[in-house]
Amino acid sequence: MTGPAPAGTPFLQVRDLTVSFRTDDGVVHAVDRLSFSVERGRTLGIVGESGSGKSVTSLAIMGLHRRGRRVSIDGEIRLDGEDLVTAPAERVRGLRGQRMAMIFQDPLSSMHPQFTVGEQIVEAYRVHNRVSRAAARRRATELLELVGIPEPARRLDDYPHQFSGGMRQRAMIAMAVSCNPELLIADEPTTALDVTVQAQILDLMRELQKEFNSAIIIITHDLGVVAEISDDILVMYAGQAMEHGGVEEVFAHAEHPYTWGLLQSITRLDRQLETTLRTIPGSPPSLINVPPGCPFHPRCTYRELAGPAASTVRPPLAEASPGHRVACHLPVDERRRLLREEVTPTL
Amino acid sequence: MSDNLAKDLASPAAGEGAMPTPPADAPATGAVPAATADAGALRDRPAGGGDELVRVTDLTKLFPVRRGTLVRRGAGAVRAVDGVSFAIDRGTTLGLVGESGSGKSTAGRLISRLLEPTSGSVVFDGQDISHLSSRQLRPLRRDIQMIFQDPYSSLNPRHTIGAIVAAPMRIQKQVPRRGVRDRVRELLELVGLNPEHYNRYPNEFSGGQRQRIGIARALATRPKLIIADEPVSALDVSIRAQIINLLDGLRTEFGLTYLFIAHDLSMVRHLSDRVAVMYLGQIIELADRTDLFSGALHPYTHALLSAVPIPDPTSHRRRERIRLHDEVPSPLNPPVACRFHPRCWKAQEICRTEAPPLLERAPGHQVACHFPEKRDVV
Ligand SMILES: Nc1ncnc2c1ncn2[C@@H]1O[C@H](COP(=O)(O)OP(=O)(O)O)[C@@H](O)[C@H]1O
Ligand SMILES: Nc1ncnc2c1ncn2[C@@H]1O[C@H](COP(=O)(O)OP(=O)(O)O)[C@@H](O)[C@H]1O
Ligand code: SF4
Ligand code: SF4
Ligand SMILES: [Mg+2]
Ligand SMILES: [Mg+2]
Repeated sequence: MTGPAPAGTPFLQVRDLTVSFRTDDGVVHAVDRLSFSVERGRTLGIVGESGSGKSVTSLAIMGLHRRGRRVSIDGEIRLDGEDLVTAPAERVRGLRGQRMAMIFQDPLSSMHPQFTVGEQIVEAYRVHNRVSRAAARRRATELLELVGIPEPARRLDDYPHQFSGGMRQRAMIAMAVSCNPELLIADEPTTALDVTVQAQILDLMRELQKEFNSAIIIITHDLGVVAEISDDILVMYAGQAMEHGGVEEVFAHAEHPYTWGLLQSITRLDRQLETTLRTIPGSPPSLINVPPGCPFHPRCTYRELAGPAASTVRPPLAEASPGHRVACHLPVDERRRLLREEVTPTL
Repeated sequence: MSDNLAKDLASPAAGEGAMPTPPADAPATGAVPAATADAGALRDRPAGGGDELVRVTDLTKLFPVRRGTLVRRGAGAVRAVDGVSFAIDRGTTLGLVGESGSGKSTAGRLISRLLEPTSGSVVFDGQDISHLSSRQLRPLRRDIQMIFQDPYSSLNPRHTIGAIVAAPMRIQKQVPRRGVRDRVRELLELVGLNPEHYNRYPNEFSGGQRQRIGIARALATRPKLIIADEPVSALDVSIRAQIINLLDGLRTEFGLTYLFIAHDLSMVRHLSDRVAVMYLGQIIELADRTDLFSGALHPYTHALLSAVPIPDPTSHRRRERIRLHDEVPSPLNPPVACRFHPRCWKAQEICRTEAPPLLERAPGHQVACHFPEKRDVV
C-alpha cells in the first residue's frame, strides 16, 4: 500500500503490538498488546523503568528485530497507513532512513569508529539520495551546522571518538535527520548526558520538530524530560501500557496507581522538601514471569480495592476521559477520589 | 547569548516553604555587596561552629598526561581537583554536584585516600591523612567507606554476598571469627535484605538489591564517614527512592557523616545539609541546602538548576531557561582566571584576568564569582 492514508488515520498507529523472545530461560513477553498513535508534528514520550519494553517497542517500529524462530512480532504498526509488521524486510529497510529514523542513547556504539563523522553522514545520505559525493558532503556540513556543531566543515573529518558525548549525540541526530524523516524515535537520547547538555539536545529536538514537522517518540525514564518535551505520554510497565494521554492531563490528573507511584517517588526541585520519599515497594517483574491479571498488582497499594480481578483479569486500557486512557480495574470515580484525597496531597 | 540571559532578573528567589528561609542577606535584585575585608578569614571558620569530621584544604590532584609512549610537548596534567577546600561536620551530609569530569569522584577518592593528593591536605577526625602510607592507612579504611555507582561491577560475582559483606570485617579483624556470620545477617537485615540469603551470589539480585549489598558492606566496619559516589544513578526511579530512604535512615540511626556525590540536583537537595558545586576541578559555590537551592549566587549554579527538567508541563512553560553554550572545556587546559568565563553571560574584563576567590558572601555561603547575585531559576 502506498500513498497517503485516508484522512483521520494517525501518522503512526501501533495496535496490539506484541513482541516476544524465546530464550533458554523461557519466553520473554517484552511487549504485550501495546497500542498508541503519534501524529506528525507531535511528540510522544514513553516512560517506564528499565526492562519495561520501551526499546523493544522502538526497534519493532524501525523493523530492527531479527525475525526468526526466536522472535515473534504480532499486531500492527502502520506508518502513514502502511503496515510494517507484514511488509517485506527490504521495504522496511527502505523506509528506515527515508521516512523514519532512530537515535540511540549511546551514539558511539551506533557509529563506526573507523570512519569519520562526515563519511558516515555522507553514506547515510547517499543510501537514499542519488547525489554526488561532493553534494552529499555539502549536505553533511549543513546538517552539522543545523544541529549546532561549531566549525562543521572542519569537524566533518573528525572521528567519533574525537567528539564529546554531547557532540556525538548531535552528530547522530544530524545523521538521523539527513533525509527529513517523518518519524523520529529517540531512545534515551540524553540519559548519558549532563543536564546542561541534555537541555541543549532537547532544545535541538524541539527546533528540528518545528522544522521538519516530524512525529517524534522520545523514550526516557525521566518524567521531567517527558514533561518538557512531549505532547503525549505513554506509561509502560512490564511490556504493557498503563496510562496514555496528553502530558498536561496525565501530570495533573494521573489515574493509574503506577503513575502515582512514579510521581510520588521522584525528588523534584519545584516541591517542598519531604522527610521521607514515598516508594513503590518491590521491584519490576521478570518479563518471563509477568504477574497475571494486572501486571502491577504485586506492588500496588490499592489492589485490595480492585477486588480479586486485580490478579486474574488484565484490565483493558480504557478511556477515562477523552484522549486519556488507563488500564486499571478501579472505577473511574474511585481513582479520582484516591487521586484527590491520597495522592495529590503527597505530590 | 540572548538578551534575556544578560538582563538581571528582578524576582527574588522563591522560598522553599518547608524549610525556614534565613533572612536574605543580599538584596534580591542587585548585586551582592562586595565581601567584607574579613571575609577571607571567615572562610576558615568551621561551618556552623560544629564538630568537623573532615577538613580538606587546597586539595589538588593532577594526573600527568602521556600521549603514546613519549611525553609529548604540550601534554601537561589534568587538573582533576584544583585547590579545593571545605569541611564536613560530624553527622551531616555534604552533597557534591557538578557535571561529569568536574572532579567529584577524584575528590571522593582523595578523601578516602584511595588516591594521594598532589598537594593540599585532608584532615580526618583530627589527623592529617594526606600522605599516610598504605600500612598507616589500614585503621583508617575502617572509618571511611565508599559506596559506588555501579552495584554490578563493585561486587565480586564469584563471592557469596555473605563473604562480600564480611570481607571488610575479616580484613579489619574487628569481629571475632565466630561473630562474623551473625553480624553479616544483622547487616543484611538492616539494609532490607533477607538475612537467609547470605549464601547467594550477586547475580541472583536485582540492581537495587545489589546496591543494598554494597551499603551493607560499607557499614560492616562501623565507619564514621561514608563517601557515596553516585549511589543511585544507575537505578530505576522506584528503586532510587528506596535506596535514598535507606541511606537517610542509616544516617540518623548511626550518626553517619556522608559525602554524597551525585549529578542529580534534586536528589542532592533531598539528602544534603550543605552542597558544594564543582566546575573544572574547583568549588564555585558552597552553601547550606536551602541557600543553594533557593538563593544560589553563581551563574554556573543558576545554569545547572535551570537545566534540570521539572516534571510539570505547565510550570515548564513559565520557567525561564538559561542555556549554556558549548561544553565544559578540557581540564587539561582550563580557561584562565574564572574558569567559567568563556561560557558566562555575565563575564566582564576582570573575569578574564583575575580568578575570583571563593569568598563568604553571606553566613556559610561561599561563592567564587566577581558578580554574584540571586536569580530565580527553578
Ligand atoms: N533480543 C532479546 N532477546 C531476549 N530478550 C530480550 C531481547 N531484547 C530485549 N529483551 C528483554 O525484553 C525486555 C524489555 O527490554 P527493553 O525493551 O530493552 O526494556 P527497556 O528499553 O524498557 O529498558 C527485557 O526483559 C529484556 O531483557
Ligand atoms: N586516573 C586518572 N588518570 C587521568 N585522568 C583522570 C583520572 N581520573 C580522573 N581523571 C580525569 O580527571 C577529571 C575529573 O574526573 P572525575 O573526578 O572522575 O570527575 P567526576 O567524578 O566529576 O565526573 C576528568 O577530566 C577525568 O578524565
Ligand atoms: S488494576 Fe488493581 S492492582 Fe492494577 S493498578 Fe489498578 S488497582 Fe492496582
Ligand atoms: S567571575 Fe565573571 S565569568 Fe566567572 S562566573 Fe562570575 S561573572 Fe561569570
Ligand atoms: Mg531501553
Ligand atoms: Mg564521577
